[in-house]
Amino acid sequence: MPKYIEMPKLSDTMTEGTLVKWLKKEGDTVAMDEPVAEVETDKATMEMSSFDEGTIYKIYVKEGDAVPLGTKLAMVLEEGEEAPANADAPPADSPAATPAEEPEAEEAAPAEEPSSAPTTASGDRVKASPLAKKIAQEKGVDLSGVSGSGPGGRIVKKDVVSATGGSAAKSAAPAAKTRPTPASGEDQRLPLTGMRRVIAERLLESKTTIPHFYLHIEIDAAPMMAIRKQINADAEKSGGNKFTVNDFVLKAAIKAATNVPAVNASFAGDAIIQYGDINLAVAVAVDQGLVTPVIRSAQHLSFEEVSVAMKELAEKARTKKLTPDEMQGGTMTISNLGSYGIDFFDAIISPPQSLILSIGAIVKKPVVNDRDEIVPGLRLNIGLSGDHRVVDGAVGAEYLAALRKYLEQPVLMLL
Amino acid sequence: MSQYDLIVIGGGPAGYVGAIRAAQLGKKVACIENDRAGGTCLNWGCIPTKALLQNALMYQNMQHKAEEFGFTIEGLSYDWKKVIGRSRNVSNKLAGGIEFLFKKNKVDYIRGTGSLAGEGKVSVEDADGKTSTYEAKNILLATGCKARDLPFLHFDGEKVLGAREAMLLEEQPKEMLIIGAGAIGVEFAYFYNAFGTKVTIVEMMDNLLPVEDTEISKALEKSFKKQGINFHLSTKTTAASVTKDGVELTIESVKGGDAQTIKGDVCLVAVGVGAILPGGCEDLKLSGRGFVETNDKYETNLPGVKAAGDLIGPPWLAHVASFEAIHAVESMFDPNHKSKKVGLFPGCTYCHPEVASIGLTERACEEQGLAVKIGKFPFQASGRALAAGDSEGFVKLIFGEKYGELLGAHIIGGEATELIAEMGLAITLEATWEELENTIHAHPTLSEAIHEATSDAFGHAIHI
Repeated sequence: MPKYIEMPKLSDTMTEGTLVKWLKKEGDTVAMDEPVAEVETDKATMEMSSFDEGTIYKIYVKEGDAVPLGTKLAMVLEEGEEAPANADAPPADSPAATPAEEPEAEEAAPAEEPSSAPTTASGDRVKASPLAKKIAQEKGVDLSGVSGSGPGGRIVKKDVVSATGGSAAKSAAPAAKTRPTPASGEDQRLPLTGMRRVIAERLLESKTTIPHFYLHIEIDAAPMMAIRKQINADAEKSGGNKFTVNDFVLKAAIKAATNVPAVNASFAGDAIIQYGDINLAVAVAVDQGLVTPVIRSAQHLSFEEVSVAMKELAEKARTKKLTPDEMQGGTMTISNLGSYGIDFFDAIISPPQSLILSIGAIVKKPVVNDRDEIVPGLRLNIGLSGDHRVVDGAVGAEYLAALRKYLEQPVLMLL
Repeated sequence: MSQYDLIVIGGGPAGYVGAIRAAQLGKKVACIENDRAGGTCLNWGCIPTKALLQNALMYQNMQHKAEEFGFTIEGLSYDWKKVIGRSRNVSNKLAGGIEFLFKKNKVDYIRGTGSLAGEGKVSVEDADGKTSTYEAKNILLATGCKARDLPFLHFDGEKVLGAREAMLLEEQPKEMLIIGAGAIGVEFAYFYNAFGTKVTIVEMMDNLLPVEDTEISKALEKSFKKQGINFHLSTKTTAASVTKDGVELTIESVKGGDAQTIKGDVCLVAVGVGAILPGGCEDLKLSGRGFVETNDKYETNLPGVKAAGDLIGPPWLAHVASFEAIHAVESMFDPNHKSKKVGLFPGCTYCHPEVASIGLTERACEEQGLAVKIGKFPFQASGRALAAGDSEGFVKLIFGEKYGELLGAHIIGGEATELIAEMGLAITLEATWEELENTIHAHPTLSEAIHEATSDAFGHAIHI
């Protein structure tokens, strides 16, 4: 029996995946657990491995196609196995027509039902006929808002015409177009990637449903920078782990949350969920978006363990090797734009969390010291965005005070 | 009494395809046929006539083109019985194939004449006159059509012929009259003329193949004239007499003028077809012209009875019938199925030069007030056509002026019926001229003519 590589469920909210890139081609052999393709889910792009070993006989889904969960992507034959006669097409039980199990309703509204408008839900290109596209372009119709009546939800002429109130066929025609020459400065429509769509959905949900409030502090980063210099100078010689400014911030944020656990919580409608673990999500910019890998049970990790964990996660994010597990279950988030030269900013909470810290750049600037002298200082701006349903201003302030304590007296966080 | 999910009455391109599709959907299906599986198409239409036409083309080439190609053929002759026999062999082979498909898909193939016998029931009378009754949750009528004759000229199987008899003649007639210049009339005219029968066509409309684009019809008329086929256009047949020597028709121009008589050994009447209704259809609602009325889901007015294929009206084409049957059957078992009536279909005539078209003619565009751009390319300018020694004809494409969508494609020439498929795909996908122009067509092929005609419509064809 031939085996099939199917579109796996790689995240809770995933209803379909886009085959970004085949890492194997027809005729290649695959070992068990060997990566065969890159798949973009609603959350991220990741490698997908084969569960079987053998030879890829036939690839059914081409790069760039978005398909529902469970869709057969390729046929794998064992050594010496003959291809069945109908190998050129995936078997009919492929759920292309009957969408796979509906994901349980989650707070992050999943894509709309695939039967009615799979095109807009696909997070991929808009499927529309060339004629429909031309009419839409001329009429200024946004095709992502048009539901298609053609095969597979493809938008055809009559869908666009009815979206424009049936005027397309009759409206006074401008001079017949000759060869369209795209002028410079012309607007482009960039179809949403799955990641971009999820960012859009979740942050809109957050900003419109969570009552955000914002607190800011400016801390003295000089002691931290001095200690970091010592540690890294030693690491240089011993070949040990080097620490980034961000590592200090992460460790301080974790320590502060153990002191003020009220910030490590979620609003759950009729209750507040107080998390037992601190699962610290860290925003990492990647091509065309960002991912937030999670350092789990961070309260148990030493400073060095936090630093090493972060390095690994960041590397995986850059190489698209993060697993869905590594991106789920964060209880609070840190976003650091310091390396981008941002002095300070306010971040949007990532639901269902209640807190996100926004870390700016360490800036050298004049400060007034205890003796009322103006002296050069190294300052770091930190913002806190809180869900006021969970975190009140005073609690947020208490948390920031703890954070300040650890960052300004870094020795304390090493205890 | 057996209970079926579906009983199909008729085993032609609608019936057998519908039956097999239902079986594929896991249903218990029977198909009733009183002649041979495959219907008119396979036994008495599309397939055997194409076999004959291939004979005609081959003979014509050997007669008229061999020398150009450097062959000297002496004593070229043919055996009429073998010409006819080959056509039958092709049909026989395919009819057996359908019975195999029934077996493979576990469709019960019941030989006999099916009739409706009350709601959910079908009775079948076999060759011995024995009647059995079967029960079915659904019934699909797919009994097709048969040739119509004229009130003053009835089929007699010897001198007054329908298409079915015309492909079985044991002796080749010296002179043949053909009433009707649709696909059937034109194909038989070409076939018999190629073998030396003197052929005269009488057509009431203004052109040969009157449904085609007028420019295409005119080109065919020119070609037929050159081949020696006579035709009287805009001419109606008002009277006929059949004697033991042959048939004599009285014809007169529809625009007025004197009547004249023409004579032939036989007369093929190819003026259209009428529905074949099974027994028990007394309450079935019919259109004015006697075809079965169906809605978008191919439902008739009788509960549980659908109809598909020729008997629900024009176009009477095998590929349309199969499409209808599939939609009728799928919507039977899937309540959410969006069944469609046929709106777009290719039409093909297999004389030489072949004629094929899909979509709107220039005439229809004018009637609908559509602003269009038209592109043409003659096979005379096609390297492949010249190499093949068959450069008659041209491609004519009609695009909407504003958006450049392909509205219609009309081809006359050697492989027109094969070339039209690309045009069907283009219209179905709502392609515009840009997609056609940006599609690289292999060189040298006849299909380059499509590419060039596309460019021509927008003023930048390279090779003309």
